[in-house]
Amino acid sequence: MTQHPDLADPLRPQPDPGGAGPVAGGAVTRRRLLGVSAGAAAAGVLAGAGGAYAATRDSQPSSPAADPLDAEVAFRGEHQPGITTPAQDRMHFVALDVVTKNPDELKAMLTAWTKAAERMMLGGEAAPGGVVGGGPYNVPEDTGEAYDLPPSNLTITIGYGPSLFDGRFGLKGKKPQGFEDLPAFKGDDLDPARCGGDIAIQACANDPQVAVHAVRNLIRIGFGTVSVRWSQLGFGRTSSTSRSQPTPRNLFGFKDGTANVKAEDTERLDQHVWVQPGDVPGGAAWMSSGSYLVARRIRMHIEVWDRTHLQEQELVFGRDKLEGAPLGQKGEFTPVDFATKSADGGPAIDMAAHVRLAHPENLGGVEILRRGYNFTDGSDGLGHLDAGLFFIAFCRDITRQFVPMQRALAAKDRLNEYIEHTGSAVFACPPGLAEGKDWGAQLFG
Amino acid sequence: MNRTTTAALALGTALLAAGCGGGASDAGAGGKGPITVQATDSECKVGRAEAPAGTVEFTVQNTGSKINEFYVYGEGDRVMGEVENISPGLVRKFHVQLDEPGTYETACKPGMKGKGIRAAFTVTGSSAAPKSDDAKLTAATASYQRYVGSQADALLTETTAFVTAVKAGDVAKAKTLYPEARKYWERIEPVAESFGDLDPKIDGREDVVDEGMKFTGYHRLEKDLWVDGLQKDSNDIADTLLADVKNVVAQAKSVKLNPLQLANGSKALLDEMATGKITGEEERYSHTDLYDFAANFEGSKSAVAALRPVLQERDPELVKAIDAKVAALDALITKHQKGDGYKLYTDLSKAEVKELSTALDATSEQVAKIAGVVAQA
Repeated sequence: MTQHPDLADPLRPQPDPGGAGPVAGGAVTRRRLLGVSAGAAAAGVLAGAGGAYAATRDSQPSSPAADPLDAEVAFRGEHQPGITTPAQDRMHFVALDVVTKNPDELKAMLTAWTKAAERMMLGGEAAPGGVVGGGPYNVPEDTGEAYDLPPSNLTITIGYGPSLFDGRFGLKGKKPQGFEDLPAFKGDDLDPARCGGDIAIQACANDPQVAVHAVRNLIRIGFGTVSVRWSQLGFGRTSSTSRSQPTPRNLFGFKDGTANVKAEDTERLDQHVWVQPGDVPGGAAWMSSGSYLVARRIRMHIEVWDRTHLQEQELVFGRDKLEGAPLGQKGEFTPVDFATKSADGGPAIDMAAHVRLAHPENLGGVEILRRGYNFTDGSDGLGHLDAGLFFIAFCRDITRQFVPMQRALAAKDRLNEYIEHTGSAVFACPPGLAEGKDWGAQLFG
Repeated sequence: MNRTTTAALALGTALLAAGCGGGASDAGAGGKGPITVQATDSECKVGRAEAPAGTVEFTVQNTGSKINEFYVYGEGDRVMGEVENISPGLVRKFHVQLDEPGTYETACKPGMKGKGIRAAFTVTGSSAAPKSDDAKLTAATASYQRYVGSQADALLTETTAFVTAVKAGDVAKAKTLYPEARKYWERIEPVAESFGDLDPKIDGREDVVDEGMKFTGYHRLEKDLWVDGLQKDSNDIADTLLADVKNVVAQAKSVKLNPLQLANGSKALLDEMATGKITGEEERYSHTDLYDFAANFEGSKSAVAALRPVLQERDPELVKAIDAKVAALDALITKHQKGDGYKLYTDLSKAEVKELSTALDATSEQVAKIAGVVAQA
C-alpha cells in the first residue's frame, strides 16, 4: 500500500520545524488550490474543444501546487487502505444490514462497490460519466457533490459483521473462529439502533464532503441489497497512525493516541494488527492479512467534564493536559514509568488512571491500533451537546486484545464517570485487493 | 451495467433499421474502417477525427502505464459510449452509436479520472437515427389514459357516497367510506394534482395550505370525523369537495399524456410514498395511511405495466429487476391487510415501517431508470 510518509497536516498547529509558518501557510494553500484546480480544468475543456490534446490537472499529480492533504491514497495493496493510512481529519462510517436473500445479489453488489470505490479514491465519479453523462432523462449514476473536489486522501475500508456469516448467504464456513459480537461490559448503555450490522463502510478524507459522497454513492448502489442500519459522522481525528502526524486531542482536551501502533512499526503491526495466516485456518483463510475493526460510540458528558478542575482531569487521564507527558515525567513520548512517585509518596499516576489501565504493560503486552474520531450529533434535548468519541480500533484478535483491555477499563477507569458507551459493533475487514480482484470474489471465492 | 445493456440494444435497433434500408449501413464499411486510438499516460491520439453518422467503431490501445478509459461525449458531456478499465498493453474494440451529425468529443482518461484528454470529433452526413417505436409508445399512453379514466370515474362515485354520508351525519359510515374514496385519488395522484389550485383545496393538509387559505377537502373532513366531530360548516366543506372532485375528474379524463410523463408518474407515485406516506403524516387523524400507500403503489404499477412492452423490448434486464423488487414490496403490503382493508398505520412497529421503507427504496431505484429507457429515440 502506498503511504505518504511526508504527509504533514498544515491545517493544525504543530511544532515549527524551522521554516515557513505552517499555520497560516496551510490554511491559505487549501483555498488557493481549489481556485487553481478549477481554472486548470476549465482550460482543459477549452483546449479539448479546439482539437488539441490537453492534459488536465488530474493527469499531473506531481504539479508543484499539489497539497498532500488533497492527494490520493492507493486503493489496492496487501492491506486495505484506511487502517495504517495517516488518519485523515473526517470520517463517515455506516453499518448496513443485508436485505436480500440472494447471495448472488450480494456478491454482485460487492463487485460493483469495488469498482466505484476505486474510482472515487482516485477522485473520479462513482461511474463513468456519472454526473451528467447519462443525458437528460437518465438518473445520474453519481450524485455529483464531490465532482470538483480533489481525492482528499479518501480511503474506503470495508468490513463484515459476525451476523453476515449466520448461514443466510452460504458463508457459515468462512466465519473466522471466535469472531462474535462483543460481550457486555460493565456500565454499557448500548442503544440497539447503534449496534451491529452485516457490513460496514468506513470512509475517511480530509474533506467531509468527499467522505459523505463516497458513502452515499455506495449506499445507492446497494439499494435493494443492503439497508442502512446506523451511521456516524466524525469531524476530527483522535489518533495519529503515523509518526509524521502530530498527536491530536479528544473532546476532553487531552492528547489521544500518543502510544498508538503506527504505520512505521511494521513488526508491531504484524504482531497486533494484521491477521496472520495461522490465525485463520480453513474456510476463514480469506481474512489473512486483514484486520478486525472494533467500533464503540462513546458519549462524553463534556459539560460535567468542563466544570471539573484541572488536577482532577489530569488525575483521570494520568497525563498532563498541555504536553501529554505522563504525570511525574517529562515529554509526551517518554515511556510511561508507573513506579514514579508523587511528592506525597504515592504513585504519580493513579492506580485507576486511564493511561495505567490501558497500557500494554498492565495488559500482558496487548496493543491495538486506534483510529477514532470526535463527534457531535446535535443535542440531547436536556441542554447538552450529544458529543463524544467514535472509537475505532483495529486488531488481530478481538478476544485477546480489545476484550481484556475494555474489561480492565470498564471495571475501574476513572474516566467512566464522564463517559458512556452507547454503540458497539465489530467487523472483519478483509485484506487489500490485488490488481483485477474485487470484494465479491474475495469473500465468496 | 444498465447503460451497457441499453447501448447494446440501441445498436441492435440501428442494425435492424439499416437492414430495412436505413442510412447507417455504410458507416463501418465505408472504406475507412475502425478508428484507432493510441492512449498513453499523457496523450490520446485519435486516428481520425470524423466519421459518417451511424455506428462508429474504435480500437483503443493502451500503451501507457496507467489503467485507461476512452469516452465519446455528446453535448453537455453526455456519454455516447465508453470503454472502461483498459489495462496497460491491452487493445479494446468498441462500437458507439453516433446517429446525429454534429460535434462530439473524444477523451482518454489515464488513471480513470478527471475530465480526460479531450479532442473534437465530427460526425458528418445526415441523421441515421432509427425511427422511434411510435406504435408501442402510443399504445402505452392510450392504455394508461384508460386506466386514469376508470379510476377517475370510481373516484367520483366513491367521493359522492362519502360526501352523502357526511351530510347525513352518519359518522361511522363516513369513516368507512373515507379511505375507499381516497384510494382512487391516490392511485392517479400525479395526474390529479396537476390541475393547478385544485390539489391544495382537495388534498391539502392543515399545515401545508397556503397562508390565508382555508383548510378544506378530504383532510378537513378527516379531522372532523376522527377528532373534532362534525362542525357547522362540515356540509359546506363536503359540497365544495364534491364540486372540486367533479372538476378534477372531468380534466383527468381528457388529459393527454406523453410516454415520458408516464415514466415520471410511475416514479412520482413512489416518491409520494417515500415522503408523505411512510412518515404517517398524510392521514394523521385516521391513520389509514396504508390504504394510500397501497393505492400509490398500484398507480405506479399501472404506469409501468402500460410501458412494459416498450421496456421489455429495450431493456429486459430492467423489467426483470423491477418485477423482483415490486414483488417483494407487494408481499410486505399484503402482510398488513386486515379484512377488506389495511391495519392502522399506528399499529405497525418501527421495524415493520423500516422494512416497507427498505423495499420501497429498492423499487424506486429501479423504477427511476424507466424514463431514461423511454427517452431513447
